[in-house]
Amino acid sequence: MPSFELNGHTYETDEDGYLINLSDWSEDVAKHLAVTESVEMTESHWEVVNFLREYYEEYKIAPMIRILTKAIGKKLGKEKGNTKYLYDLYPGGPAKQACKIAGLPKPTGCV
Amino acid sequence: MADYSVPEIQEDIKTPALAVGTMAHLKPYPAIEKHMVPLAFPKQRVDNWQEKGIEKLGDMLKKYRSLQVYLDICVKCGACADKCHYYLGTGDANNMPVARAELMRSVYRRYFTPAGKLFPGVVRAVDFDEEALHKWMTYFHQCSQCRRCSVFCPYGIDTAEITMAAREIMDAIGVGHKYSTEIICKVHDMGNNLGIPKPALKGTLEFLEGDILENTGHEVRLPLDEEGAEVLLVAPSADFFSEPHIQSLMGYAKVFHQAGIRYTISSIAAEAANFGMFIGSFAQKQKIAKRIAEQARELKVKRIVVGECGHAWRVAYSFWNTLNGPFDFLDPRYPVPQHICEFTYDLLQRGALTMDKEANDEYVVTMHDSCNVARASRMGDKPGGQFEIPRALIRASCNQFVEMDPETTHEKTFCCGGGGGLLTDELMDLRIAGAMPRVTALKQVMKKDKVNFMALICAICKAQFSKVLPMYHIPMETVGGVHQLVSNAIQLGAKKGIV
Repeated sequence: MPSFELNGHTYETDEDGYLINLSDWSEDVAKHLAVTESVEMTESHWEVVNFLREYYEEYKIAPMIRILTKAIGKKLGKEKGNTKYLYDLYPGGPAKQACKIAGLPKPTGCV
Repeated sequence: MADYSVPEIQEDIKTPALAVGTMAHLKPYPAIEKHMVPLAFPKQRVDNWQEKGIEKLGDMLKKYRSLQVYLDICVKCGACADKCHYYLGTGDANNMPVARAELMRSVYRRYFTPAGKLFPGVVRAVDFDEEALHKWMTYFHQCSQCRRCSVFCPYGIDTAEITMAAREIMDAIGVGHKYSTEIICKVHDMGNNLGIPKPALKGTLEFLEGDILENTGHEVRLPLDEEGAEVLLVAPSADFFSEPHIQSLMGYAKVFHQAGIRYTISSIAAEAANFGMFIGSFAQKQKIAKRIAEQARELKVKRIVVGECGHAWRVAYSFWNTLNGPFDFLDPRYPVPQHICEFTYDLLQRGALTMDKEANDEYVVTMHDSCNVARASRMGDKPGGQFEIPRALIRASCNQFVEMDPETTHEKTFCCGGGGGLLTDELMDLRIAGAMPRVTALKQVMKKDKVNFMALICAICKAQFSKVLPMYHIPMETVGGVHQLVSNAIQLGAKKGIV
């Protein structure tokens, strides 16, 4: 099983680096995962991560992109509530890259 | 993000120089115990895998005469060699369909033909050994089962059947592919490939109802699990999750609304896709399809309409009746099953919908035919309906439509590069290279006709192109569904119901 070390702990991941145990997530872990994705975390990035985690907590799945964009628009201003802005934040895609940093499982299917 | 190598797009699709092993490094992630056991496959590679694999091939030869014929009759004429998008994109010799199939034919000859049993070296028969299995795993996961090669084969050999058989044999000895097996487990557990639980699906549909109301002022419904509806809509689950898929879902909803036909989505059958086909498993294909038939009975619908999903349409159109038929409880006046494009087309013909083409005036549209729709099914009551009906919807929805090079459309269409169970990140190099022929044809019309929208009817194609087009410097918004255009053009409230 692939894994990474951080502050003396070992974290198990899948082959693509997504956390196996969702409870392993912490802000430090998120920062580490962001570095592996070459994403520099700003306040806006954290808004996305926090929303994804809240939504996952309730629904056990990542939100549809449109729900995410609307939520971000509400929090950061309407001009930022669109897919393009999310891709600017997470060039690897809000579904896959942001989910990884948020400690969510990788969305798989026809996505 | 990882760095990928992206082929340079030429003016025309060029046949590459033959290369050896350029794609040998690709490693599909192996399936894990958690996903193999529920599908009744061995949890890991079995000890006597060689013996078991050969035995499985023997069983399949008896069961599927087509497989035996396809393994026997190839004369290596080479007509298929340069027809595969993966060969054109990678140049890897094993990606010529004839060479890929030879990986199985050489094993077949070794154990099932007298010459191969006695003089393997003379007939180039090979043992089913570690090297052979490794090549199977590698290259039978570099075929998207798109069947373009079969169109050009003078014997009509269906190479996709050989790929499916190879994957079935590998699963039987405990060597599976994680992507497909994980997804099949999710469809059994949750009712859809993405693993969307019912409360999340309900919330998503309500959200979209609110979105449509906000944007149009009309209360368009996206109902879930409503017994007694006229139609069960079975869409790919990506339609509940991704862009641009969602836009087509909203298009279907608007069509139902405007026609005044009550429909429902089912939480248990909130997935049209059937990955059982990709792994060649009749049992899985049957089990996945069964819940749709059961839900249609349970919800007491009269028709089943399938959303924009390519291989789902193949399974529905070509196999549902064999897998879970008869569907004699449905209304015989309508096709069983019915494609959403047929459904909308029928309403247009009957004057039930009013379209404002100018709503799509920002687009110059072209159409990408998805392989499983184009080469493995049909629509409507005329030959070629699977090409003409989606195009009729596009023409009804926009003013500017042009075709790509005819060598790359209709039955000669190129795969998007992500079909057949290969839409997974570890195969990204292959997916990018495999998209090259389609991207070349697209760039030709972008240059010549200023095309800026490629419409299609497959969830895999949408996801694949959204991901790889930007790598070729084409905006991801260039790809979308046929019902996305319908959604933009349809006039809500203009005329209600069928006349």
